[in-house]
Amino acid sequence: MRTTLASIAVAAGFITCAWAQSENPVEEYRRLLADPFANPGYLFVDRGEVLWHQKRGPKNASLEQCDLGLGPGVVEGAYARLPRYFPDADRVMDLETRLIWCMVHLQGFDEATIKKTAFSKRGGQSDMEALVAYVAEKSSGMKFEIPLEHPKEKEAYALGEAVFYRRSSYFDFSCSTCHSQDGRRIRLQELGNMTRQQDAARAMTSWPTYRVSHETLRTMQHRMWDCLWQMRMPDLDYGSDLSVALIMWLTKNAEGGELAVPGIKR
Amino acid sequence: MRRLLVASLLALSASGAFAAEIPGLPKISTERREQLVRDGFRYDKLPPELRARIDQDETQRLCTEYRNEPPPEVAAHIEKLARDSIVFPQDGNFLGDWKKGEALSLNGYGLRMGDDPKRQVGGNCYACHEMSPTELSYGTLGPSLKAYGKLRDYDREAIKEAYIKIYNPNATVACSTMPRFGTNKILSIDDIRHILAFLFDPESPVNRAE
Ligand code: HEC
Ligand code: HEC
Repeated sequence: MRTTLASIAVAAGFITCAWAQSENPVEEYRRLLADPFANPGYLFVDRGEVLWHQKRGPKNASLEQCDLGLGPGVVEGAYARLPRYFPDADRVMDLETRLIWCMVHLQGFDEATIKKTAFSKRGGQSDMEALVAYVAEKSSGMKFEIPLEHPKEKEAYALGEAVFYRRSSYFDFSCSTCHSQDGRRIRLQELGNMTRQQDAARAMTSWPTYRVSHETLRTMQHRMWDCLWQMRMPDLDYGSDLSVALIMWLTKNAEGGELAVPGIKR
Repeated sequence: MRRLLVASLLALSASGAFAAEIPGLPKISTERREQLVRDGFRYDKLPPELRARIDQDETQRLCTEYRNEPPPEVAAHIEKLARDSIVFPQDGNFLGDWKKGEALSLNGYGLRMGDDPKRQVGGNCYACHEMSPTELSYGTLGPSLKAYGKLRDYDREAIKEAYIKIYNPNATVACSTMPRFGTNKILSIDDIRHILAFLFDPESPVNRAE
């Protein structure tokens, strides 16, 4: 395990360098992604699969009847169609808000507790991170397709875009400050232009991702919280409509991109 | 006029990329957007200091509304607000210690949730600017500041302009990408003097190396 982690750190370093020099790291990256022994993200996939089938919570139920949008129990391909509108909840949900819904309604878990423990500490374990890894991996190789048919789906997209350009806090930052131009960097970190399909797809198809610097798997909700933290904003409420609107906007912009998850990043 | 035309073309190509292709998108009112944002941070439960990070001041509101491309009258208003907010050093001395300025330019600490409020807040200029040619870890959201003082003959007017830029960049470029370090109380007047020395002291690596 130790050597595996060390070699990942080296490989991830290699990827960062290669990007900075605009070489083509795709081969090496693909190899890492496809190799369950090189990407610790797969440990989360495996643990998530166990959690999915286990009877748990006050209602002693599994998640096998959870409807992720393609019908109860259908996991394959579900992540490639999220976020979407769910009539039972009467709201647009991303994977994480939908998992909360199922954990509360099927298993009887407490919503506030799920939200509080969704992000693990460094090197720690969170059920949510494992479940997200499991469900998302079942869409690996598939393309994002977000039809935006329901009016609330359209509204979520439009809200996400409106918020993307909203400036506030000490630094007057908006998402667009860092993510609306091509080929820019902050220090040495490359910033995707999320208003372009290509960059949005490169970003969204690689999450959830194993973050070497965090020593754990991170989800898109975490990435949103993280960017807002850098923007000197208060903590984003996990699973809020705000978070879902941003994720809807990003994912729709990434439509057509082929998922390769769990990813692995710096 | 020419500038305006170019700006509006840019605005079109920047914002229309996807929205134009998706039929039936609703128009989002400012009230609706602000409600979503407040709910997303549980505004009602926050102390005033954190609410202030969510509330937009007039400049932020206008720059959001025009997506950083305000029409000329609005731009002039934003630039005036910025100029009126600037406080100059009382003793007329703009230059501090370039070594402290270098540290502040590298430092990205401060004002994030969980950051220690007693520690020095950085300017994090390297996030967006090249400065000393020996520091390779620099961002590209802003122009290169390599040899900044030397290229301007260490001119006193240029030093004053740079002070204004750091204190409130909107004084000359309405809706600049750059933070308002002085107006928003990120950096003190002394901090800014140190950073100016880093840019303008002939001994500073910004001006010395090739
Ligand atoms: C101050 C700069 C900054 C701001 C503002 C910012 N981000 Fe980011 N963002 C980053 C950096 C740096 C990364 C990490 C890039 C990397 O991993 O190399 C990142 C990563 C991301 C990613 C993942 C990209 C990938 O390929 O893995 C997404 C998606 C994203 N940001 C969306 C947003 C959204 C939405 C907002 C606004 C709520 C936002 N960002 C605001 C700097 C910023
Ligand atoms: C988030 C990005 C960002 C950060 C952080 C930032 N700047 Fe800037 N800066 C810019 C941009 C963009 C411009 C060009 C637009 C303008 O002039 O307002 C600029 C312009 C400037 C200029 C004028 C350059 C010229 O054309 O003569 C100076 C001087 C400058 N910045 C200094 C600094 C210093 C010093 C700091 C740190 C205390 C800093 N900047 C932090 C983005 C940034």
